[in-house]
Amino acid sequence: MSDFIAMRHVTKNYAGVQALKDIDFQLKRGEIHCLCGENGSGKSTLIKILSGVVKPDEGSEITIDGRVFPHLSAHEALEQGVRVIYQDLALFPNLTVKENIAFQSFSEKGSPMVSWNQVEKTARGAMSLIGLDLDLNRLTGTLPIAQQQLVEITRALIGEPKLLVLDEPTASLTRKEVNALFEVIFRLKSRGVTTMFVSHKLNEVFEIAERVTVLRDGERIGEYVPSEIDHKKLVFLMTGRKYESALPSPVDPLAPNLLEVKNLTRNGEFTDLSFTVKKGEIVGITGLLGSGRTELALAIFGMTVPDSGSLLLEGKAIKPRSNSDAKKLGIGYVPEDRLRQGVIQAQSILDNMSLTVLEKLKTTLGLLDKQKMKTDAQTWVKDLQIKIPSLDSSVKTLSGGNQQKVVLSKWLATNPKLLILDEPTIGIDVLAKNGVHDLVKKLATKGIGIILISDEIPEVLSNCHRVLVMQKGRFVHELVPGPDAERDLLENFNLS
Amino acid sequence: MTNKNPGAQLRLQRFFGQNETILLLVLLAMVTAITAVSPRFLGPENLFSILLSASYTGIFAIGFLLVLVSGGLDVSFTAVATVAQYAMGTVLLANPDISPALALLIPLLVGMALGSLNALLIHYLSAPPIIITIANLNIFFGLLQFITGGEWLNGFPEWFDHFPQTYVLSFENADGVKYGLSVIVMIWLAVAVVAGVLMHYFKAGRKLYAMGGNLEAARRAGIDILRYRIFAYGFLGFCAGLGGMVHTLITQTVVPNTLVGHEFDVVAAVVLGGASIFGGSGTVVGTVLGVGLLAVLSNALTIMKVPTYWHEVFVGAIVILSITITTLSALAARNREKKYHAQ
Ligand SMILES: Nc1ncnc2c1ncn2[C@@H]1O[C@H](COP(=O)(O)OP(=O)(O)OP(=O)(O)O)[C@@H](O)[C@H]1O
Ligand SMILES: [Mg+2]
Repeated sequence: MSDFIAMRHVTKNYAGVQALKDIDFQLKRGEIHCLCGENGSGKSTLIKILSGVVKPDEGSEITIDGRVFPHLSAHEALEQGVRVIYQDLALFPNLTVKENIAFQSFSEKGSPMVSWNQVEKTARGAMSLIGLDLDLNRLTGTLPIAQQQLVEITRALIGEPKLLVLDEPTASLTRKEVNALFEVIFRLKSRGVTTMFVSHKLNEVFEIAERVTVLRDGERIGEYVPSEIDHKKLVFLMTGRKYESALPSPVDPLAPNLLEVKNLTRNGEFTDLSFTVKKGEIVGITGLLGSGRTELALAIFGMTVPDSGSLLLEGKAIKPRSNSDAKKLGIGYVPEDRLRQGVIQAQSILDNMSLTVLEKLKTTLGLLDKQKMKTDAQTWVKDLQIKIPSLDSSVKTLSGGNQQKVVLSKWLATNPKLLILDEPTIGIDVLAKNGVHDLVKKLATKGIGIILISDEIPEVLSNCHRVLVMQKGRFVHELVPGPDAERDLLENFNLS
Repeated sequence: MTNKNPGAQLRLQRFFGQNETILLLVLLAMVTAITAVSPRFLGPENLFSILLSASYTGIFAIGFLLVLVSGGLDVSFTAVATVAQYAMGTVLLANPDISPALALLIPLLVGMALGSLNALLIHYLSAPPIIITIANLNIFFGLLQFITGGEWLNGFPEWFDHFPQTYVLSFENADGVKYGLSVIVMIWLAVAVVAGVLMHYFKAGRKLYAMGGNLEAARRAGIDILRYRIFAYGFLGFCAGLGGMVHTLITQTVVPNTLVGHEFDVVAAVVLGGASIFGGSGTVVGTVLGVGLLAVLSNALTIMKVPTYWHEVFVGAIVILSITITTLSALAARNREKKYHAQ
């Protein structure tokens, strides 16, 4: 097989940050190639250079199909069949699903007019490739984030893709959707399409990669064949360190109930949910997307009003009617859709981190204690291993994973009694994931009750005291993590 | 929901939730109410005159809509229109025998040039469009006053004078005076139809929506942002020139400050027509209805002898109200879609 794409001596400096240092990178025609590295190691930057969206520094060389591109533009890359699904989605929220999918057919070539029939046909055809069935006339911005991602994936299949680049496409997909996506990748491979794939879920990397390139701090560590390395080795290559994780320390059996949920119902979302969370207990909630997990979290956090049932916090009935009510009661919530709800992109990291705790940072005179604000923020940066140029840089210059860590720290800083984490480690690299898990377990030993919502079965099993399985708005199963738990979930609930 | 056919119900709700439908109903309700109070209002003579006097605002509004949809903003169009008026007026007075086609081409070219200049500055300085265009409003208008000394122009050739009385449909009223649907109104409608088709059926139009929806995504999709900025701002410049020309045809004079200062009437009509000030949404039909609604309102207030400063209060209030309604109905639509698709 010949090299389809060769990138040589690729270097990229952002003011103050060297994102890539003299990288060599090759893709063979038709292969499935994974790019691995910690948050901020330069994966997305490399992809953006390959797609012509970011200009590399002088001396970088890009060859596609034997042709050298001294100044690769986004348009040229598209013409060469490079299709990228970006980590931060690049959809048009104000346009319909069909238009988003077929948008590439609006290129300068051909008739200047739009054939809406053709748009509909194209969109339908592409959706059927991955077995997707969405309302074509719906505005894309009104779709839940996972479905938006599917729209983005569908869009990449239009025209003659030769290289499909996926920057963390599975971050918000359920296992079922991931399987469908992998099937598409294999199908495209049989047609000679090359795939380049970024994921922090290492089991996925081992599942589909034929070759793996590892980046660390903007440098190329090497290129590997997955069958010759294992999980531990890969983590070591990415981080330069080894890690171990521990089970959560047992809950004090005499610990009082922190949260009691009784027969909570919100029509159309969830039905008759009852459970308790003790002080210091970590309760996992898992289930497929759309099972009502997030809706439950929103109701406890006061963002929606349940139709019936009751909530008790430390034995007292509570009725939070807004997120600030919930915050005052000591309930914290890290939302699932962090890119949209979590951060103010244009503001500095420091401001973002302090946003939820401004009250606590006041001096006796009512002014902001800038010094405390800084030291607190620095502690979080260290604890969560956030890679940032400085606290004053704006959040939008951070890599995707590091943005997520900023949001996480923002909510952890509120020091809540009850913390609800909705998919807290989506898009976070292994070591930091471990850092988050350790932190969650440490918070629990301090008596904080934690609800951990996650799709990732290993995540709930190794970090929770108890796991509830949700389906169609109801709890269908409860289990205590143990040797058989994983098989149990896989066989009975098709979760893996 | 127990409806047997939720899909059809959703479509119905989508239709009635649409800005254009609501606007049309409001417009009809208003016309009915005003006619009940003052029967003279509904006469064709008054309606034609409302249309004529709204025509240049209507032309400006369509240009403004395109810029807004593309995610931009331009408040300098009144100054551009005035410069275009002076350019045309000066040439007409200096060479009264110039061919009409050539004379009428001048304001369009001037408008497009100045509009494109806005686009270039916004693009290369990557500065907020509002700042650039406020600056250019002042520069264009200031220079114009310096060069012309604020002189009024009138006494144009005969064909120019007769132009607005060219009727597509004409009638005679009881006093034997001719009135009718002026060709000028048809110019406005033609611009509207062209823009409407362009925005919906041409790739260029869809690209403007895309840019307004997510500029970064538009860039990644390979859209030549500069080119389409020049297109949008240039089109507004064209509309400014055309609107200026129409205004001169109607009033037969060129005066420095009849247009400048009235930008907000245009902004109001477009926003009332359902376009988002953040870009990415808005339709030509909505904009035409928005212009119509404001024109009817202002005419009604005049008939009812309400002092003019109240017009301004009304226009301001309507903008706030319509932004509120647009926001609320977008929220409602979102919930509706969510509910429907959750089933
Ligand atoms: N526009 C920018 N301005 C300044 N620095 C930037 C910009 N974009 C990226 N960086 C920096 O470049 C480095 C590499 O970022 P990149 O997004 O490529 O990381 P990544 O490997 O994709 O990480 P993740 O797994 O978190 O998505 C980071 O340190 C980031 O802060
Ligand atoms: Mg990235």
